[in-house]
This record gives sequence, structure tokens and C-alpha cells, in this order.
Amino acid sequence: MKEVAERMQLPRALHTRFPVGLSLGKPKDPEFQQQVLQAAFDLLRASSGPVLQTFAETIAATGSEPLTCPLPPRLNTEVHPAVDESQALKGAYDRACKKNGRTSVGMQINAEEVPEAISRLVEIGAGESWDSVGFPEGSLYGTVHDIRSYYEELACELAEGPITPWSTEEWFYEQTEAGQVILHARRIMRANDVDPAVWFGLAPAGRE
Amino acid sequence: MSVFGKDEVAINKFAASMPLPVFDVTSFSQPVSLSRAKIAIVTTAALHRLDEDGFELGDNDAHFEKLPRNARDLAIGHHSVNFDRGGFAADINVVYPIDRLEEMEDAKIIGDVADYHYAFAGNQSDTVSEIRLDSGPLCAKAMLDEGVDVVLLTGT
Repeated sequence: MKEVAERMQLPRALHTRFPVGLSLGKPKDPEFQQQVLQAAFDLLRASSGPVLQTFAETIAATGSEPLTCPLPPRLNTEVHPAVDESQALKGAYDRACKKNGRTSVGMQINAEEVPEAISRLVEIGAGESWDSVGFPEGSLYGTVHDIRSYYEELACELAEGPITPWSTEEWFYEQTEAGQVILHARRIMRANDVDPAVWFGLAPAGRE
Repeated sequence: MSVFGKDEVAINKFAASMPLPVFDVTSFSQPVSLSRAKIAIVTTAALHRLDEDGFELGDNDAHFEKLPRNARDLAIGHHSVNFDRGGFAADINVVYPIDRLEEMEDAKIIGDVADYHYAFAGNQSDTVSEIRLDSGPLCAKAMLDEGVDVVLLTGT
């Protein structure tokens, strides 16, 4: 945020025109990240300041290549497609966890609880009250955070090509059964005049 | 209606209206040469180790997490739904370039990578008083005690 750096007169700042969440610009691109770091360290040569330089390359938040992560059609007709999908993708999530040694799932539920949480969201979408299907008060936001993190992390394991800005979020909400279940449950709660504090944060503002 | 995190006009408008502390004097120092400098990262991505509690929701958690240099078992505590976590999911270095620093150390571009690095939550009160007066100086002291020469601040 160039505006902030200027107003605060930061001693040395590299203004990067990258989307929020991508401080070094491009994930899995060590060469590009090194260029950004080198540009930042070059500011140390200045003998007086404040110094504010703009990095040459711009990365837009929108319009980049979508995630290439196709999901095959469902096979298990015994469970809801989103539950089937989340169960089937557990192996990919586990591989991502093992490879990276980390996960951001765990704000409210763990990975094993994802299918059950999705089945409860299916019930909300079918008209059940959110507080009657097993979600403790104040837990929906964190639960959906964990479902989304579960999918975004496994997507990075399955996807071909670069992880571009917002591509995992768009893939999750637009192409997965779980994302569709969440958006549907959100619409149903809104239509039923549920307190927006319960449903608004289940998807980015502006996503329907 | 656009998604806030993707709307650069809205983000810039937000930044322009953000209350900021005003300083009478801008600190400016000349560090040792880069090839001799010990470097630490301070990130606002609210990173925490998997076995730690992490950060609270809301704008009132001004504490920082101390991240050992070799730690990679890190979760991102930036929980906003309007935040793109896909980049971090793919590569920790996109917000916390610890592997890049180690490569630069191996290549003798920088002198040393600090033993400890630090994470704050980016969502803070308008005044950021607790960080300015308490946890910020405490974090700075920890780095000075370790002999850190240069701090790389990565905002999210």
C-alpha cells in the first residue's frame, strides 16, 4: 500500500503492485521471489530517506489463468455429492499436509470432520435451522474457513500449472460441490432472515 | 458487487482512509553491508506453529509469535474470508520467504539468517497502540538481543 508508506514516511519501502496475500508475488516461483527480495535489499544502499521504490512488475488480482484442477464426476450415490467429494479428496489433502509439513485447517474443526460438517451444511440448505443441525453458536465461520482451507490446500496438490491470485478461492466456490453447498446454505439463511452475523462471512463479500 | 480482496480501487480507497500514527521524526539508519547482515522476517500474516493457539479473531490481538528459523509447520492465522490464502497454501515463501533467505545466505548475498522470526496479526485497532507501546518494542528488543541487523517486513 503505497499510500500508507508515503503517509507514514517509512524509512525504506518497496511498493509491490501484487494482490493482498502475495507479498512476494508468485508462489512456487523462487526466481521471481528472489528478484523481489533483491529489490528490497537494494534499498539498503540509500544513505538518506525515506526511500520508496516501486517494483517493476505488476500482478493483477483478477484476470489471471484459472486453476486447472478438474474433478471427475461422482460415483458414490449413497451420500451427498459434496460429502462424497470431500471424502474422496482426503488423500490429496493428506499428501499436501505431508509434503508441506503444515496446514491451516484447525480453526474450528480438523480434516477428518470436514465431510460431517458439509453434511450439516447440506441440511441447512434443505431448510433446517443452522442451530439445529449440530453447529455450536459462533462455530460456522471457523468451520467454513476450515473446509475452504482443506480444499485450497489439496487443490495445490492436485492442480497443474501456477497458483494464480484468487484461483483456489474461485475454484472452491465455483467448481466444487462443497463450495456450492456453502453458497446455497448461505442464500437459504439469508432468505430465512437469519442474523447476517451467522451467514455473511461464509463466502467473500460480493460472492453469491 | 465486487469481491473486496480483488477490488484494487476499493483497497486503495481503504488505504487512503486508514488512520495512521504520525511520527515527528523518521528513523533512518545505515546497516552493515548486506553480505554481513543478519536478517529477520517480521510478517503480518499471523503465522503460528500448529501446536500453538495462534491469533484471536477480531482486531484486539496485538501479540506476536516467535518462529524458529527451522520451523515450517506454520498455519496462517489471517482468517478473513476476503483474504486469498491460496498462495500461502501453495508456498509458504510467498508471505514468509524463509527458504529464499537461506538460499541468499548460501550464496553469500546476505550474511546470516536470524535464528528467530516474528509474526503479528495484520488486523489491528485503528490506533495500534498496543503494538506501538508494548509488543512492537518487545519484538524489536528480541531481535536486537539476537544481533539482527536488518528486518524484512512483509505485509499481507
